[in-house]
Amino acid sequence: MKTTSIMIVGVGGQGSLLASKLLGNLLTEEGYDVKVSEVHGMSQRGGSVVTYVRYGDRVYSPIVTEGECDFIISFEKLEGARYAGCLRKGGKIIVNTQQIDPMPVITGAAEYPENVLEELKARGFDIDDFDALTPALEAGSAKSVNIVLMGHFARHSGIPKEKWLAALEKTVPARFLEMNRKAFDLGYGE
Amino acid sequence: MKKLLIGNEAVAWGLYHGGLRVISSYPGTPSTEITEFLSKHDDIHTEWAPNEKVACEAAFGASLAGARSACAMKHVGLNVAADPLFTLSYTGVTGGLVICVADDPAMHSSQNEQDSRHYAIAAKVPMLEPSDSAEAYAFAKSAFALSEEYDTPVILRMCTRIAHSQCTVDLGERENTPLKEYVKQPAKYIMMPGYAKVRHPLVEQRTERLKALAEDCAYNRVENHGSKIGIITSGCSYLYVKEVFGDSVSILKIGMPNPLPEKLIRDFAASVEKLYVIEELDPVIENHVRAMGLECTGKSLFSPLGEFSQQTIREAFLREGVRFGDAPEKQGEAPQVPGRPPMMCSGCPHRGMFYTLAKNHITVLGDIGCYTLGAVAPLNALDSTLCMGASVSGIHGFNLARGAETEKKTVAVIGDSTFMHSGMTGLVNIAYNATNSTVIILDNSITGMTGHQQNPTTGYNIKGDPAAKVDLEALCRALGIRRVRVVDPYNLKECEDAVKEELAAEEPSVIISRRPCVLLKYVKPKAPLRVDPEKCRSCKRCMGLGCPSISMKDGKARIDQTLCVGCGVCAQLCPFSAIGEGERK
Repeated sequence: MKTTSIMIVGVGGQGSLLASKLLGNLLTEEGYDVKVSEVHGMSQRGGSVVTYVRYGDRVYSPIVTEGECDFIISFEKLEGARYAGCLRKGGKIIVNTQQIDPMPVITGAAEYPENVLEELKARGFDIDDFDALTPALEAGSAKSVNIVLMGHFARHSGIPKEKWLAALEKTVPARFLEMNRKAFDLGYGE
Repeated sequence: MKKLLIGNEAVAWGLYHGGLRVISSYPGTPSTEITEFLSKHDDIHTEWAPNEKVACEAAFGASLAGARSACAMKHVGLNVAADPLFTLSYTGVTGGLVICVADDPAMHSSQNEQDSRHYAIAAKVPMLEPSDSAEAYAFAKSAFALSEEYDTPVILRMCTRIAHSQCTVDLGERENTPLKEYVKQPAKYIMMPGYAKVRHPLVEQRTERLKALAEDCAYNRVENHGSKIGIITSGCSYLYVKEVFGDSVSILKIGMPNPLPEKLIRDFAASVEKLYVIEELDPVIENHVRAMGLECTGKSLFSPLGEFSQQTIREAFLREGVRFGDAPEKQGEAPQVPGRPPMMCSGCPHRGMFYTLAKNHITVLGDIGCYTLGAVAPLNALDSTLCMGASVSGIHGFNLARGAETEKKTVAVIGDSTFMHSGMTGLVNIAYNATNSTVIILDNSITGMTGHQQNPTTGYNIKGDPAAKVDLEALCRALGIRRVRVVDPYNLKECEDAVKEELAAEEPSVIISRRPCVLLKYVKPKAPLRVDPEKCRSCKRCMGLGCPSISMKDGKARIDQTLCVGCGVCAQLCPFSAIGEGERK
């Protein structure tokens, strides 16, 4: 099979590492050759973070470059737009409509492009935008935005929900499992 | 057992299964997790040393005593450990010794992108360079035997992309390697001229033996696909080449970049019509190939800057007119959006001190850590950042050059861990050679930037167990500084008074700005603060802190209730008392 490439993007501290871990565990369990690449360090201090997940029969490169990405899963509006150039023709951007102002916006040096998702749609991007924060709070914590988003992505993944739930159980600490299951269900929808 | 592992965890398992007994390291992105993962094992000794030189020498001592030992560090850490490295090459080892070093092409979290391979060449020690986690495991595991067989330290070179990428690794078992007997060997281990002169020729002979090994070993391999094009590559560049070309070009994959296999290279070059060398950073392999009198294309096509990717490879070969599979087709161009640089966290204890320094237009020589972020807008508080410890050593020289003109308005800032690493010696120099310098130790009670590692000032060791705790005040006094005072960076008046008084003092002084990192688990956030919109006059003074919790909405300051930890620094700034503890939700 052709290699599938996914980018998980967001703001440092939003929990994208756990999301990529969940996806990595699931895809490994499914028997794929999997590569996951993340960047630690400076990016943890509220900076832009990107994690790459690639799977298929045989995957060499751990990173995703321009025009290669099948799915961008974005934890924040601006970040979804930042990496849109990586999307392949026909790819999809799943984006949480949450807005987190970066420092240049906070200091007034730049403006947050309020209609950024509309602009992406106008440019022909396939955007699946939804509010992941409200269901995360409903599940019990703003921190579970990551699992809400993965639940939402699961519908597009072609992998049965029960496999996802098994991987979730393997990935998150037992004491947070119930909250995360709820977050996953809310993201997955009916 | 098959597991999905980041490169650093794979190295940790490789070292552990290779019989590691002692590892001493200093944290540094992207190498930190190697030692963190190893610290979970109770049957070996793991520790954070104060710096990489100490770590490398601790590993040397353990090797001398017969244990398989290691140290891990980032690329610039190897500069610090270079002193023991070069002579370790002469002494060789008793127990196998592996030096893990992680380069950072693209400088994801570093001050330069130096290429560690030069050290292996200069110190004349073998270097192994894996391409993914599976190789990282295998290379790390086998490095001890290589070290012992050839009586040499071995450098294992990682890079950010491999250190932090995951792939499946098939884990084996831990080798049972007993502690070797300690035998006093003065001629091998006392490197005074008489003995060192005898050791040097042995180093040269060892290199010849290693060259022979390089010709036929598991680290280097030829993938001959009968193509006209041949590519010599190593590390993650190999993965990008394979991503683009698959099995359609012949590849000489180098897993041991020092010493290089000359016959293998020569035979490979002879088997193809056009030879390329693809390596990140410096043209190390390329220069070697050229020195052998062979024609090749390398840095004329591939940049010495930053990281590569499959896109780099594709674009370069398009310029060469070389054909390969379909190029990817983009959906479209991304719109221009504002950058999102990293910043100091909400409630970061460094902020109050940096605000004070910026407000008073103080020249600030900075250092390496989270507090380097004091350089960014709106604080713009730093004037320099060079390397670990250079703030303290540097302010002395700065004041020597300009005297009283700068002594009254210049400070050095350095974190607690960085001060332990290499700030102390600079402070001794200030006291001993007498400049009227002011040093601020930003003591947040942890090694912050690398992700919360303990250090000698925290009172805990790598496992979180209680340990001897350096008394910073007593230490500074013992080093010859009489004026030492402690301030709380959440108290702006205290910071301002201390900075003004110590700058005015006619002798060197140390201000310890002490408050634990707000991200530490034991630090409980206070109730978030709120802005009373009735009182806010939109003066934006609070915005000058660069706190991610504070923004202007509809002309009034607003505090994000999910981010604010109630540090109270902004409330002290507000001239209209508009910021206070709001009603809890």
